[in-house]
Amino acid sequence: MTDTILEMRGISKEFPGVLALENVDLRVARGEIHALMGENGAGKSTLMKVLSGVYPHGTYGGDILVDGEVRAFRDIRDSEAAGIAIIHQELALIPQLSVAENIFLGNERTRGSGVVDWGRTIGDARALLARVGLREDPTAPVGSLSLGRQQLVEIAKALSKDVRLLILDEPTSALNETDSANLLRLLREFQGNGLTSILISHKLNEITQVADSITVLRDGRSIETLRTADGEVTEERIIRGMVGRDLDHRYPERTPRIGEVRFEVRDWTVDHPTRLDRRVVDGVDLAVRGGEIVGMAGLMGAGRTEFALSLFGRSYGRYVAGTLHKDGREIRVRDVGDAIAHGIAYVPEDRKELGLILDDDIRRNMTLAALGRVSRRGVLDPGQEVLRAGELRERLRIRSRDVFQRTGDLSGGNQQKVVLGKWMFAEPDLLILDEPTRGIDVGAKYEIYQIIHRLADQGKCVLLISSELPELLGMCDRVYAMSAGRVTGVLPRGRADQESLMRLMTAARPAGAAAPTTSEA
Amino acid sequence: MTAIRDAIRSNARQYGMVMALAVIVILFEILTGGLLLRPLNITNLIMQNSYVLILAIGMMLVIITGHIDLSVGSVVAFVGATSAVMLTGWGLPVPVVVVLALLTGGLIGAWQGFWIAYVRIPAFIVTLAGMLVFRGATMIVLGGESIGPLPESLRALGSGYVPDVAGGEVHLLTLLLGVLASAALVASQVRIRARGLRYGLPVGSRNLFVAKCAALVVVVMVFAYVLAIHNGIPIVGLVLVALIVAFSFVMNSTTVGRRIYAVGGSEKAAMLSGVKTRRTTFWVFVNMGVLSALAGLVFMARLNAATPRAGTMFELDAIAAAFIGGASAAGGVGTVVGAVVGALVMGVMNNGMSLIGLGVDWQQAIKGLVLLAAVAFDIYNKNRVGTSGAARRRAAQRPVPPPGDGGSEPGAPPPAARATGSGRG
Repeated sequence: MTDTILEMRGISKEFPGVLALENVDLRVARGEIHALMGENGAGKSTLMKVLSGVYPHGTYGGDILVDGEVRAFRDIRDSEAAGIAIIHQELALIPQLSVAENIFLGNERTRGSGVVDWGRTIGDARALLARVGLREDPTAPVGSLSLGRQQLVEIAKALSKDVRLLILDEPTSALNETDSANLLRLLREFQGNGLTSILISHKLNEITQVADSITVLRDGRSIETLRTADGEVTEERIIRGMVGRDLDHRYPERTPRIGEVRFEVRDWTVDHPTRLDRRVVDGVDLAVRGGEIVGMAGLMGAGRTEFALSLFGRSYGRYVAGTLHKDGREIRVRDVGDAIAHGIAYVPEDRKELGLILDDDIRRNMTLAALGRVSRRGVLDPGQEVLRAGELRERLRIRSRDVFQRTGDLSGGNQQKVVLGKWMFAEPDLLILDEPTRGIDVGAKYEIYQIIHRLADQGKCVLLISSELPELLGMCDRVYAMSAGRVTGVLPRGRADQESLMRLMTAARPAGAAAPTTSEA
Repeated sequence: MTAIRDAIRSNARQYGMVMALAVIVILFEILTGGLLLRPLNITNLIMQNSYVLILAIGMMLVIITGHIDLSVGSVVAFVGATSAVMLTGWGLPVPVVVVLALLTGGLIGAWQGFWIAYVRIPAFIVTLAGMLVFRGATMIVLGGESIGPLPESLRALGSGYVPDVAGGEVHLLTLLLGVLASAALVASQVRIRARGLRYGLPVGSRNLFVAKCAALVVVVMVFAYVLAIHNGIPIVGLVLVALIVAFSFVMNSTTVGRRIYAVGGSEKAAMLSGVKTRRTTFWVFVNMGVLSALAGLVFMARLNAATPRAGTMFELDAIAAAFIGGASAAGGVGTVVGAVVGALVMGVMNNGMSLIGLGVDWQQAIKGLVLLAAVAFDIYNKNRVGTSGAARRRAAQRPVPPPGDGGSEPGAPPPAARATGSGRG
């Protein structure tokens, strides 16, 4: 009998018309790292909100036992008092406030009667930062830190509340590989000091690395709990639990039919929009052939998104130099309108902020980039619009009531499909996809891969930016690696593997001795 | 029965406002002992509120793009002042002055739009500055005194009626226009429904549709009759109808309208979809300027004078009308018809409270509370419809995971920015 810190027994939570959780059991042993897995919408976040008191006692069925005692949390403060802290996917930091102020927000170090004790605030903050391995000035504004470091500040904040059970909701989804590894190492370190954590993540490799046990949720029910110690916990095993079926291949099969070079970028150079001395993209040369899926690998800050945005109608930074050629002829793309007219589409990394108008329905979002196709002399044809949007919805298998559903109410995978649909509707020749599967569950990922394949089979050029190396290796015909704004190498399928790509991604100079470059680019 | 309930629920925002207006009208009809809906008073209502209605239409567009315009009252005064000088001082003919006035409004809008769209100064600040600048400019132009009276042909814009062809007891042309308007309304409804059926769009039941058309015709014809037994249609009424139809069409059925909504919904997403967001914002402010100028002309014509204090607080009436009519402070949401209904709610309340002899002090306070209540009701309703309506239940019947982890949880409140007035602007 292991020592149980937390037990959730028969948790049910109903929203009007929807049973989000149904009789879910979760048992977490003291001192372990417990992973919670499941597709989007399986109920992971809801379960954690029940646990942390976001949904107060009385609004759900079942019992929460902490250290064997039934607890009834009325709000987050209650659960924090019991030593449970949750770090949400979207960081709850205030960028303008300093690191120290953020750490003690709502929990200020005072000299009694509400006067802030700055000495203790800074001193304690420094000690907490040291615990998470962060050497930052506690008075620096949080907004000046990288995302990975902000995540660590969040953890320091949780530690300041004497946390015993730390819940992390997709902590690494926005982090690059180094920062993710760093974070997981830290979790292990805390585990050594007796901290229990619950980790929600979509990244199977991370889970199999660090978790002691894994509870799988599906459609609001707890399916099973696997223990790493028992062996036989493989990625395939977890996937089967999550989707309820075997997913033989994580990447669909495809026989590439690659044609001539259609798009070519020469010497593309871009400066930072405000800091003029910073060159973000430095002399990038790149070519994409018809029917080819070209990948772009790189660490955070390598300049991939910036490159894509500046190519897409100079939507980022200050254009310095470079030319863009389509079918051998130079084209001028000075704004997004030009880019669309020349058949370029860009599916952004941040689909909620940049890809969709969340308040608008599927139909309106899908036609926005090519309103000319459903209008005549500026007057819309509403019937045509609904018809075309409906076709795309079917083709992309978007799970929604109809095309009049608000995109803000869709799940991540379906939102991404709407963004894809929007650009498919514009019928581009070059489709730039920036992290198209980030934060999307396994099943929807597969469907998105299939869509990408179909587009390539139609002879379109695809430029796929991804931080997941297996995805690039599984999907792309060629992969460019970027580091510090430069292309450091390009590897064809077959010659690319994780190690060689990682070497290029961390290379300081292009085409170094350790970086074999093919001549075909 | 369920069809009706569904129809009402899915259009709760629109119907809610119309029903609120109906309730307010009935309430004051009773309180005033039938004075409110007397033909003379109806005509008065139109004329009294025409300039706020014109401003509310423009303001709705501004608010949809996520901005605000505090300067419209001062622009009304400024355009009135310059026009009066042109008419009486320089002796320019009325048509020329009207064109120049609208042009002035457009230039003012362009000036403010430039700072907002291209320099990216918050509209609140730019138009607050504009409010002071143009109020000051009005006083400079007028030298602190009123100019009047004005030429008869201009005054018709504020207080004239469409002349009758036959000239009897009852205004025949007005009735004829009423019939034409009814026919056009029914025809457009039928066309929309036919198109819906053709493309398999959701259309209500046939009976409901017939009832809706009948109700529309009755309302239009009663309205026309009431006007006909008084003096006929006010000229400004025709101008208003034209504006409402034109702007509704632009916002609902053209790519321009779609882009305006997109800019307000998410400027970045719109920009990355190829919408020229700055240019769109710029032209929305130019439009606001032109409409402010038109409102200025109408107001001056009605007053038969240009005064330094003209248009004071008009901006607040227009903004209140837009929000009562269902606009969202965060942008991206709202309809032209909503703005009109909102302005009518304010107008009927003003008029009704004056008729029962309530002081201006009480009127102000009550209007303020109504504004707050309307928006609160709207937000309450949105939360409920968004999470528990028939839609949600239908969605649950399919093997679809509820919108979950990554997105918004069912039952979770919508982003607070939508609900609070802080937004942009």
